[in-house]
Amino acid sequence: MKNNSFEISRGIDWVLIGVYLVLVLTGIASIFATTYRDENIINGFLSFKTDYSRQLLFFLISIVLAVCILLTDSKFFTATSIIFYAFGLILLILVFPFHTDVKGTKSIIRFSGFQLQPAELCKLFVNLALAKYLSSLDLNFRKLRSQLIAASLVLVPAILTIFQNETGLALVYLSFFLVMYREGLPSAILVIGFSLAVLVVMTLLIDQNLLAIILTLAAIGFIFAARRQIKRDRSVLVLVIAIWVVAVGIQRFAVPYFFNSVLKPYQVQRIYATVGKDFQVDAASMSDEDIKKMGDKKKAGNYNVKQSTIAIGSGGFWGKGLMKGTQTRYDFVPEQRTDFIFCTIGEGFGFVGSIVLLGLYLFMLFRIISLAERQRSSFSRTYAYGVASVFFFHVFINIGMTIGIIPVIGITLPFMSYGGTSLITFSVLLFILIRLDADRQMVIR
Amino acid sequence: MPAFNQSRQNVIKLIFLVAFIILAIRLLYLQLSSTQYDLLALDNAVSKKIVYPDRGIIFDRKGRSILENTQTYDLMVMPTQLKGLDTVGICNILKIDMATFRERIIGAIVKNGRYRPSIFESSLSVEAFVQLQENIFRFEPGFFLQERPIRSYPFKAAAHILGYVGEVDSSILRKTNYYYQMGDYMGLTGLERFYEPILMGQRGVRYQIKDNKNRIVGLYENGLYDSVAIAGRNLRTSIDIDIQVLAERMLHNKLGAIVAIDPRSGGIIAMASGPTYDPNLLTGNQRRNNFSWMLMDTARPLFNRAIKGQYPPGSTVKPAGALIALDEGVITPAFGLGCNGAYFGCRRAIGCTHKTPGHAGNLRVALANSCNSYFSHLYRLAIDNPRLGGTVNGYLRWKQYMNSFGLGVRLGVDLPSEDKGLIVDTSFYNKLYNRSWSSCTNVFLGIGQGEMQATPLQMANMMCIIANKGFYYTPHFVQSIDGQMASDTVLNRYKQKHQVTNISNETFEIVQLGMQDVVDQGTGGVARIKGIAVAAKTGTSENYGMIYGKREKLKDHSWFVCFAPRENPTIAVAVIVENAGFGATWAGPMAALVMEKYLRDTLSAARWKEVERIENTEIILPIVKAKRNRLDSLRKEKMRKLQLKATASGKYPGKNIPGKKTAAVHYHFSAIKPDNEEQFI
Repeated sequence: MKNNSFEISRGIDWVLIGVYLVLVLTGIASIFATTYRDENIINGFLSFKTDYSRQLLFFLISIVLAVCILLTDSKFFTATSIIFYAFGLILLILVFPFHTDVKGTKSIIRFSGFQLQPAELCKLFVNLALAKYLSSLDLNFRKLRSQLIAASLVLVPAILTIFQNETGLALVYLSFFLVMYREGLPSAILVIGFSLAVLVVMTLLIDQNLLAIILTLAAIGFIFAARRQIKRDRSVLVLVIAIWVVAVGIQRFAVPYFFNSVLKPYQVQRIYATVGKDFQVDAASMSDEDIKKMGDKKKAGNYNVKQSTIAIGSGGFWGKGLMKGTQTRYDFVPEQRTDFIFCTIGEGFGFVGSIVLLGLYLFMLFRIISLAERQRSSFSRTYAYGVASVFFFHVFINIGMTIGIIPVIGITLPFMSYGGTSLITFSVLLFILIRLDADRQMVIR
Repeated sequence: MPAFNQSRQNVIKLIFLVAFIILAIRLLYLQLSSTQYDLLALDNAVSKKIVYPDRGIIFDRKGRSILENTQTYDLMVMPTQLKGLDTVGICNILKIDMATFRERIIGAIVKNGRYRPSIFESSLSVEAFVQLQENIFRFEPGFFLQERPIRSYPFKAAAHILGYVGEVDSSILRKTNYYYQMGDYMGLTGLERFYEPILMGQRGVRYQIKDNKNRIVGLYENGLYDSVAIAGRNLRTSIDIDIQVLAERMLHNKLGAIVAIDPRSGGIIAMASGPTYDPNLLTGNQRRNNFSWMLMDTARPLFNRAIKGQYPPGSTVKPAGALIALDEGVITPAFGLGCNGAYFGCRRAIGCTHKTPGHAGNLRVALANSCNSYFSHLYRLAIDNPRLGGTVNGYLRWKQYMNSFGLGVRLGVDLPSEDKGLIVDTSFYNKLYNRSWSSCTNVFLGIGQGEMQATPLQMANMMCIIANKGFYYTPHFVQSIDGQMASDTVLNRYKQKHQVTNISNETFEIVQLGMQDVVDQGTGGVARIKGIAVAAKTGTSENYGMIYGKREKLKDHSWFVCFAPRENPTIAVAVIVENAGFGATWAGPMAALVMEKYLRDTLSAARWKEVERIENTEIILPIVKAKRNRLDSLRKEKMRKLQLKATASGKYPGKNIPGKKTAAVHYHFSAIKPDNEEQFI
C-alpha cells in the first residue's frame, strides 16, 4: 500500500462497472419515462421529490458507498461477514415490532422519509456469511452436517422474511442453493428440487386423476424398461415405487393441502392466473383482508400481468419509442416504476430493446461467473457465485412475471427498479465483488 | 478447496442460458407473433371522441335567422377536487341546500366516476351564470363552466315548421346503420329532421389518450388521425317570419291552420297550426317536462294541423270541380243550371243557400254564389261522362284529377310525416254498396263533403293551381342551401313544374273571375282589400265528433281559400278554423290579414285592431273547454302536491316542477279528436 489512488483502480473490472452504469442509467431513464408529467425537468431532477430524481439520489449514494468499498481492504469483508450476518438477523427481527404497514407488507421500517427493507438488505449479509462458511479451511462440505448448517444460514432469514408477508423476497434465498451446488452440494438435490417444481406445475395444469394415471403409467413403463437391472438389484424397484408413492402423494395431497391451507387465497389466485386458470375461492374461509386483496380487481394478480403483457406485447419489434408507450405512460400497469419497470423497455423499445437488455444481464452474469472462476480465494469465488445467483434469480423471476410466465411475486429488477434499498443493496453486492476481484492476486485468506 | 467441482460452472451457465432463452422465446411470442396486444393497448389508452359541428342556421325570405345556435352554460363538477372548496358559496348562488348538493355529487360519482367531470347543473339561468362567471375562480378546479350549444328560435315562432332536435333512439340508430351514437342529437321533426344531413354538417373525430382512470391526458399521435368537424350548412327559406308570427297570433285560442304559398315558386310563406307553442320550450333543461305536458295534451299542440289536419273541404273544393268539368269538356263556362234552393237530381234534395233564379246561370255566377246544386250537377256530369263509359270509370277519372291536383296524395312538402287527406277508391263504394252505386251515391263529393278530406296545405296548393292557371310547384320551404353542391339533389323536385290541366287561359280567367266575384259581391266580402283584386272561396264544412261516446254533429269548420292579386297572383292562402262556423266569419278575415300584410308589407292601425280582436277571441267548443278545465285543475293539483313535497323536504320549490314553464304555452286543451271518417249531410 504505497499509493492509495494507484491502489484503488488497480485490478478493478471496468467491464462490469460499465455494464452496471448502463443498467442503472437505463433504469433512471425508464423511471423518468413513466413518471415524468410535464414538470420542469431541471426542477424535477433537483427537487429530489420526483421518483426519477430520488432514484438518481440513490444512485449517487450507491456511488459513494462503492468508492468507500473500493477503498476498503478486502480482508474487511471476510473478517466482518459474521458480524454483518448477525446485524442483518437483528434488523430482520426488529422489523416485527417497528414496521410500518405499506401496501400489505410488514417488511418496511420507515424513518425520516426513507424506507428501509431489511429483507432486501439481508441478501448481502447472507451471501457474505455463506461465503465465509463455505470457505472455512476445516469445512468438509460433503458432510450432511455442514450442508445443513449452510442451508440453515440461508433459510433462517428466508423464514423470517416469509413472516413479514414477503414470500417473493424469501424465495430469493433459494438461489443460494446454486452456490452450494457449485461448492459441492450433490446434484441430486438440484435434480430433486427441479423435479418437484415440475410436479407442482403439472399438478396445477393437469387434472388430478389423469396426472395420477400418467405417473403410474410412467412408473410401470420405467419398471418394464429397467426389468433387467431390477432382476439384478431389487432396490431399484423399491426406489421407483418409492418415487411413485411420493410423487402421487405430493400431487394428490401435499399440493392441495399447501394451496388450501398454507397459501393465502390471493397468492393461489396469482399462481393459477399464471397457468391461465381461474381460481374459485371459498369466500367463507377468507379473512377480511384477504377478501380485500382479492376483491380489488386492479390489484389482483391477473390485472397486473394482463396490463404488463399488453404493454410489452404492443411494443412490437422496434417499440413505440421512449415515452411514447401509452400503456406505461398512462399508469395502466400498476407498480410499473418498481416491479414492472421492464414494461417500459418492452413497450418503448420493443423486441430489440428487450433482447438487448436480456443480453446485457446475461453478459453480466457470465462475466461474474468468469470472475468467480479466476479467484484464488474460495471466499471470493463463493461470494461471486452468490452475487450471480441472486442477480439471476431476480432478473429471471422479475422479467418472467412481467411477461406472464411466472406468478406475480414482488421482487425487483436489479439496478433498474425504483427503490433505494434495492439499488443500494445490489450496488454494494456488486462492488464488494469488484473489490474482492481486484485483490484476486493476494494469497488465500 | 473442492476444485474438482469446477466443471459445475458450465452447468450453472447452462441454467442461466436456458432460463434467458425461455424469456426470449416468450418475448418473441408476445411482441412479434400477434398484433392483438397493439389493439388491446390502443383500446386501453385511446378514446375516440366525436366533435360535433355547429348546426346550420335557418333564414327567412328576408335573411333574418329564425333558427340559430346560442350557448348555454353547464356547471360541471370534478368530484375528486372538491376538498377545501367554498361549497356553501356554490349552494347560495344556485339556491340549493347542502343536502341537495351532496345528493348531486353522489349522483355525479355514480354516473361518471370521481375522476371525470359530470354536469352539476345544466343550462344555467342567466343570473346564476353571471354570478358564477364572476366568481368561478373561487370554485376552481372542482367546478367549472362548460359551454353547450343549443338551438334557439329568436322569434319564438314557427315551431311546427322548424321542428326540434332531440336524442336519437334505438330505431334511428338501426335505421342509420349506427352512424349516430347513443346520446347524439338529431333533428326529430320539421325542417330540422327533413334537412338533417345538411344542417348537421360533418362530424369530426378526435382520438384522445386517456390514462388508467379514464382521464383525458392528450391527443393521440398529435392528432394525426383526427378529422375536423365541418359546420352544418344554412338554409334559406321562403318563410316570411312576420307573416308567420301574425298567423300564429291569429290562431291563438283556436284550433286550426293557416297556410300561405307563393304560387309562382311553390315557396311557403307561412304555415301556422293552432294551438302552437314557443319552440324554445323544447330546448334547454326543461325540455323533457315541457314535452311530456304537450304530448299529454289532447289538443295536440305538437300536431301540425297544416299538413296533418284532415278536414272535409266543403265548398272550397268547388273550383276544382269546375276545373274538372271544363277540362273534361262536359261543360263550357256558359253552362247554367236553374236552381231554386235545392238540387233534385238525386232522390234526396240537396239544399242550396240561394233561391234566386239565375244564381247559377253560368259558371262564374255559380262560383260566386257557391251554388250547391250547380256543383253537385257538375260532379255528376263528370262522373257520368258518356265518353268514359260508366260510373266506375268516370269516378276513376275524377279521382285521377283530384290526385293530380294534389288532393288525396302527399304533396311532398319538405316536412316529415305529411298526411295525404282522403279521396277514396272505387273499391270503397263497391264494398259499401255492393257494387251498385251511381253518381248520386256520392254526389256530396261535388260540394266537398262525404268521403273526402284535405289538409290546409293541399287547399292552399289548390289555390296555387288556379292562380297559376293550371300548374303548380310542390309547396316547400327551402329555396336554397348555402354552399349548394351538385350532390344536393334534395331541392331538385321543388323546381319541377306540375301541369295539371289543359284548360285555356281564357277559360281559367272565368274561374278566377268567379272567385273574384266571391269577394266582390259574394260570400267572401270580408276578404276585400282596397286596391287589390282578391279571388277567394269560402267553405263551411259539416263535421262530426265523438262526445262522451256519442257521435254528434259539431259546429261547422270555417274554411277560406284565396289568392291575390287576381291578375298576377303572388300569394295563395288557405285558412281553417275548427268549429268556428261560416267560412267568412273567422277564416276569411284571417286570410285577408295575411294577404294584406304580405302584399302591402304593413297593416294600418285599424287592421292591427282587427288582428287583436281575432287574437283575443276564443273559439273552442264548450265541451272542449270543460275538459280543458278538468285537465288544468289536475295539473294544478299535481303542481301543488309537488310543491308541498319540495317544501317538506327542504328543497327550493319551483326548480324542477313539471309544467312550470309550460304555463307559457299559448294553446288550450281539447278533448275531441275530429272524427271525419264518414261525413254526410
